[in-house]
Amino acid sequence: MFQSPPNVAKTIQITFEEKTYQVAPAQTVAAALMGEGHLMLRKSLVSGETRAAFCMMGICFDCLLEIDGQPNQQSCMIQVREGMNIQRQLKKGECA
Amino acid sequence: MSLPQYDYVIIGAGPAGMAAAVEARQHGLNVLVLDEQPAVGGQIYRNIEDLEEQRPDEFQKLGADYQEAFELAQRFRASGAEYRPGRSIWQIDPDLTLYHIGQDGGPSETCHAQRILIATGAMERPMPFPGWTLPGVLACTAADVLYKSSGLLPRGEIVLLGSGPLLLLIACRLLDAGVKIAAYLDTNPHLAPFQALPYLPKALRGHEYLRKGIAMLWQMFTSGAKVHLGVTGLEADGEGHLQKVRFQQGSAPWKELPADLLLLHHGVVPNIQITRQLGCEHTWYEKQRYWEPVLDQWGNTSIENVAVAGDSGRVCGSANSVLTGRLAALETARALGKIDLAQQTALAAPLLKKQDQELAIRPFLDTLFPPRHPWLVPKNEETLVCRCEEVRVREIRDAVRLGALSPDRVKPMVRCGMGPCQARMCGLTVSEIIADERQVSPADVGYFRVRSPIKPVTLGQLTGVE
Ligand SMILES: Cc1cc2nc3c(=O)[nH]c(=O)nc-3n(C[C@H](O)[C@H](O)[C@H](O)COP(=O)(O)OP(=O)(O)OC[C@H]3O[C@@H](n4cnc5c(N)ncnc54)[C@H](O)[C@@H]3O)c2cc1C
Ligand code: FES
Repeated sequence: MFQSPPNVAKTIQITFEEKTYQVAPAQTVAAALMGEGHLMLRKSLVSGETRAAFCMMGICFDCLLEIDGQPNQQSCMIQVREGMNIQRQLKKGECA
Repeated sequence: MSLPQYDYVIIGAGPAGMAAAVEARQHGLNVLVLDEQPAVGGQIYRNIEDLEEQRPDEFQKLGADYQEAFELAQRFRASGAEYRPGRSIWQIDPDLTLYHIGQDGGPSETCHAQRILIATGAMERPMPFPGWTLPGVLACTAADVLYKSSGLLPRGEIVLLGSGPLLLLIACRLLDAGVKIAAYLDTNPHLAPFQALPYLPKALRGHEYLRKGIAMLWQMFTSGAKVHLGVTGLEADGEGHLQKVRFQQGSAPWKELPADLLLLHHGVVPNIQITRQLGCEHTWYEKQRYWEPVLDQWGNTSIENVAVAGDSGRVCGSANSVLTGRLAALETARALGKIDLAQQTALAAPLLKKQDQELAIRPFLDTLFPPRHPWLVPKNEETLVCRCEEVRVREIRDAVRLGALSPDRVKPMVRCGMGPCQARMCGLTVSEIIADERQVSPADVGYFRVRSPIKPVTLGQLTGVE
């Protein structure tokens, strides 16, 4: 769905759902995951339908992920950090 | 514990906030700038410093205003204003105590300001239709953010839906970057150009914008994308993610297109979360159908020592945001005794003149791209309005029929606006639906009461807050 640019230095290692990825720094978690082909980020609170980042500016709260053990993090607002561990929130009602 | 004290706390490091900080520092004010983004630039100039350094070719392509904005960012960095990225304001008290948390889950902190500037910008107007929650459907500005922040470009069957200069601008930016757009579904009513004609003579004073607009239209129409005008209905469909869209033009039969990515835009509206939480007076701007804080020429709100600059006051673009930021800072410098009224008037004169020029095109644009039905009130009653609590048009209408005549009355009955986004994504639509059901204006229906915390705060983050 989105194509990462060629020739960027991917200097940061993150783990998403137990798999590791090398990604470029100075970008948000949601962007990094989209660059790796992960569009679907979570299931919705009520019906459990799949959701993905929608606004990329902290408005919609559709990009919530568990980051380093903390649930409900707005992944479009948080920059990737070396060694970050990221999990999807797949259970219904898991959101704040 | 004594709180950190500042003369001036500015919320937002976009064009408005950065310009205000630079101006305020020139008059010797002690300034703190808080922004929830990890970097300076606001929405339009996202990631501008990194872009200039890491991707100079793309930076060049973005044009002269990016160079100017980069210089503004450098002046801001050198200004001596304290800048704290990654901090979200979640509450402001009437005595101008501010509460902010770290985006990374860091603890809440508190400070106090003599004067506050709210420069929180604009956000996309919600544009609900069946299927707008499917992965693969994004706000068009989200695609722009992905490009500027990470160099990501959309690929596959790309469909754009909506109207307005920003959609066109972002479409052309994608085309410039080599992206192939499959279809451009324009929702603008055919009559709008005629209605906008009376404003054309004034708009000609901003002819550079007009010239750009015509060039962009030409680029879009000759790009090979299928352009469909006057689109009045849309449904997005797919298993777990977007696979196709169906659209309708007036009463013509529905047509179907394959789609991997659908980018939406129905104009942007001021981000009024903080001015609402503070209790500033707001008014309904009928032409663009949104609420805006009531402001004077310096950006002062109805609450003493609280001002607004940039698109969170009224959506007028980044050049005007810079001007309103500077004007607001001059007012603060005067109010705090750093300059007198005569100095303020003299310093403001060239800014006001420039602003007059800058705003000349706005009445034309605001009339040319009116927000419109059925994108304001979805025709399909099963359309999700509240994405968080998954509330549908039908449920809101039913609540109104049962006597809930305002958003705050509808809210406890159907839960819309109670999710983590706190009505950012449904607020305007809920007001529009209630107004439509009652056959009155949204101005009579009102908006949700915005309560603190305006960003979700965990108990852990609150440890230590008094
Ligand atoms: C995603 C997006 C992309 C856009 N792209 C373009 C473009 O390419 N070209 C164009 O002409 N116009 C664009 N616009 C319109 C553009 O926003 C404005 O013209 C201009 O950016 C307004 O500047 P500003 O300083 O008022 O606000 P912004 O640039 O929006 O800056 C506001 C800042 O406030 C911060 N903020 C908001 N709420 C809080 C809070 N509670 N706590 C802390 N910080 C907060 C935000 O993080 C943001 O950095 C875009 C708008 C959006 C929403
Ligand atoms: S994508 Fe909307 S809040 Fe993150």
